[in-house]
Amino acid sequence: MKQLFPAQHVMGFLFSLLLSLVALVAVLFDLSFAAGMTILVVTALVQAGLQLFLFMHVKENAESKTLYLNILYALFVGLVTIFGTLFAMRWGYMVK
Amino acid sequence: MKWDEFFVTGEPMIYAAMVSIVVVSLAIPIALTYFKKWNWLWTNWLTTVDHKKIGVMYILAALLMLFRGGVDALLMRAQTAVPDNGLLDGQHYNEIFTTHGVIMILFMAMPFIIGLMNVVIPLQIGARDVAFPRLNAVSFWLFFSGAMLFNISFVIGGSPDAGWSAYFPLASLEFSPTVGNNYYAIALQIAGIGTLLTGINFLVTILKMRAPGMTLMKMPMFTWSVLITNVIIVFAFPVLTVALALMTLDRQFGTQFFAMQSGGMDMLWANLFWVWGHPEVYIVVLPAFGIYSEIISAFARKNLYGYKSMVVSMVAISLLSFVVWAHHFYTMGHGVMVNSVFSITTMAIAIPTGVKIFNWLFTLRKGKISFTTPMLYSLAFIPIFTIGGVTGVMLAMASADYQYHNTMFLVAHFHYVLIPGTVFAVIAGFHFWFPKVFGFRLNEKLGKWAFWFITVSFNVTFFPLFILGLNGMTRRMYTYSESTGYGALNMVSMVGALGLTVGFIILVYNIYYSVRYSPRDTNGDPWDARSLEWSTHSPVPEYNFALIPTVDRLDAHWFSKKEGKPLATGKYEPIHMPNNSGVPIIMGAAFFFWGFFMVFSWWIPAIVFGVVILGTLAYRTFEKDHGHYISVEEIERTEKALRGEQHEN
Ligand code: HEM
Ligand SMILES: [Cu+2]
Repeated sequence: MKQLFPAQHVMGFLFSLLLSLVALVAVLFDLSFAAGMTILVVTALVQAGLQLFLFMHVKENAESKTLYLNILYALFVGLVTIFGTLFAMRWGYMVK
Repeated sequence: MKWDEFFVTGEPMIYAAMVSIVVVSLAIPIALTYFKKWNWLWTNWLTTVDHKKIGVMYILAALLMLFRGGVDALLMRAQTAVPDNGLLDGQHYNEIFTTHGVIMILFMAMPFIIGLMNVVIPLQIGARDVAFPRLNAVSFWLFFSGAMLFNISFVIGGSPDAGWSAYFPLASLEFSPTVGNNYYAIALQIAGIGTLLTGINFLVTILKMRAPGMTLMKMPMFTWSVLITNVIIVFAFPVLTVALALMTLDRQFGTQFFAMQSGGMDMLWANLFWVWGHPEVYIVVLPAFGIYSEIISAFARKNLYGYKSMVVSMVAISLLSFVVWAHHFYTMGHGVMVNSVFSITTMAIAIPTGVKIFNWLFTLRKGKISFTTPMLYSLAFIPIFTIGGVTGVMLAMASADYQYHNTMFLVAHFHYVLIPGTVFAVIAGFHFWFPKVFGFRLNEKLGKWAFWFITVSFNVTFFPLFILGLNGMTRRMYTYSESTGYGALNMVSMVGALGLTVGFIILVYNIYYSVRYSPRDTNGDPWDARSLEWSTHSPVPEYNFALIPTVDRLDAHWFSKKEGKPLATGKYEPIHMPNNSGVPIIMGAAFFFWGFFMVFSWWIPAIVFGVVILGTLAYRTFEKDHGHYISVEEIERTEKALRGEQHEN
């Protein structure tokens, strides 16, 4: 019976709900911008990790190397798009 | 929307188009009924999940779109052939260059490449189909409904007219009040989802379904190029999806993402568009590199020079392609820092590209070259593409770009990259793999005539544009006065465009001619080529390989021929294949109508078709479909027939 009950997954599920609730703090209370952003970024990262490793079984796959590489590539493209856009359209825009 | 605005009126050319659309859409069902072909069409083609047939449908659609885009191009060239011409007015010219650009890139180049990918990849890696055959059919029908939706815009409601890049604020509701740009946003959205699904499908196929023994570094170069292309698709297309959704929200739901006031930012569209757009040009050019690699090594009778460096340079290109996008708008207000960074990254791409060019040259060195039609295109590609590349490096220098930006120089540059880089490649690939699909080659003599017409005329059409651009003729300019002196070179370009037309007509005629007169080939390997697709019969049976080949090195098929060792041995076993399904085409149709009503903001029918789309998804979720088995007897029968032996019973 013990093996059948997916304790790890239930805990993970509760934990991910908790993370979502914590993220709500950022809008429910009157926090400073920096504090709100910190909470959002931290909970988002933990949440993403939880989903990938616990529910999407990244580690349990025989070809996890391909998957890590894929995640790395995704991070590269995502970060480049966001920071590149900020660079091109905010920090370096209409300046001499 | 008033009803009298529904159909585009007042243009004789458009009336002619309407008439021909009506005639064709009546003629097709009548012919099908008359020849009793409905059933055949439905069971063999419209509901198929066979990657080869889906590939053929992609390529047919792409040829159709090449024709449409080509007519647009001819009209533009005719309009600008002489000064102060009145063939097209400004509005009509705007619509035509917009549809030409969109159709050539998204509905001609993309499907042609995806079509070749479909036909070739499973065969080249020794698989029986793609990883998700049903999804593959969905991809095709989404692309097709997107393309059809985009094409009806010129008779119903009016075509988009803000350029293929649809920059804001011009593309906003305020400055483009017709439904044209709604068509742009929704049709590209639908086709884009199809492409994204293709990307995922082929990524999984190549990673998971290779024949035993085929490690990544033993894959044929075309498979490598397609793998990398699909990685780029999966990461670049979501940006387009989001940008188009924001465009729809802005134009139809009153948001202000790309507005010039209320905290919106018009330039953000250009930014997002090119974040997708630059990787997109590599999506259409990398598979072409793969095609050339296959053809050059097959007809030089040598293995590809510098295999590893080819792979590394493609990976490098795929990463670099994501960090160069701002070179499309150097002149739109960025500081020195931004322009310098993007100049340098852009020039850096020339390095891996140069590596590839040298590898092809070294592959040719001391080869026993046979000058077949596909090889001629590949050989012509090298110098012509190099001109495109060198002018690209000129454009990459931000400060110099202030001179070239938005001139005909740019138009010449990107045609010099896109036409040898994509169109020549897909034509070469089309000639090369045609016998695999249909069991006979295209006629070589006609093929060479078409080649010479196309290559020479291409240069006559586009080289003058470099000079016109340097002389100051801007792009998207519908007419000019005599005193500018642009007349003569534009006339030369028009002559070239006519030559191109002749070339393409010969090419299409060659298909008809070869169907009738070409000798059928018997051994499945008419070019004496190197990779696995040539080890099975032509035409390829439904299950591709009766026995899955085992691979121990690159070009395994070539060595198996040399050494007389078969790639596969053993006894036949029943083969599991997926069933056909009508759901993908129904889904495509639902997307088409959903899109159409969305374009016109007719919400109730749009919601109805939205529900139909969800319904097809739900149906699939609960459907029990385990595919079917092909029995050993049937395999034996098919194999015998394909080997040309007689039936026993
Ligand atoms: C087959 C012969 C072709 C001819 C004669 C031709 C001609 C032209 C002309 C005259 C323009 C407009 C120039 C201007 O006034 O700004 C143009 C624009 C363009 N062409 Fe082509 N073209 C051809 C093929 C292609 C192909 C194969 C592609 C892509 C794969 C392509 C992609 C484009 C794009 C993206 C534009 C820019 C549209 C815009 O300004 O929004 N063309 N072409
Ligand atoms: Cu670019």
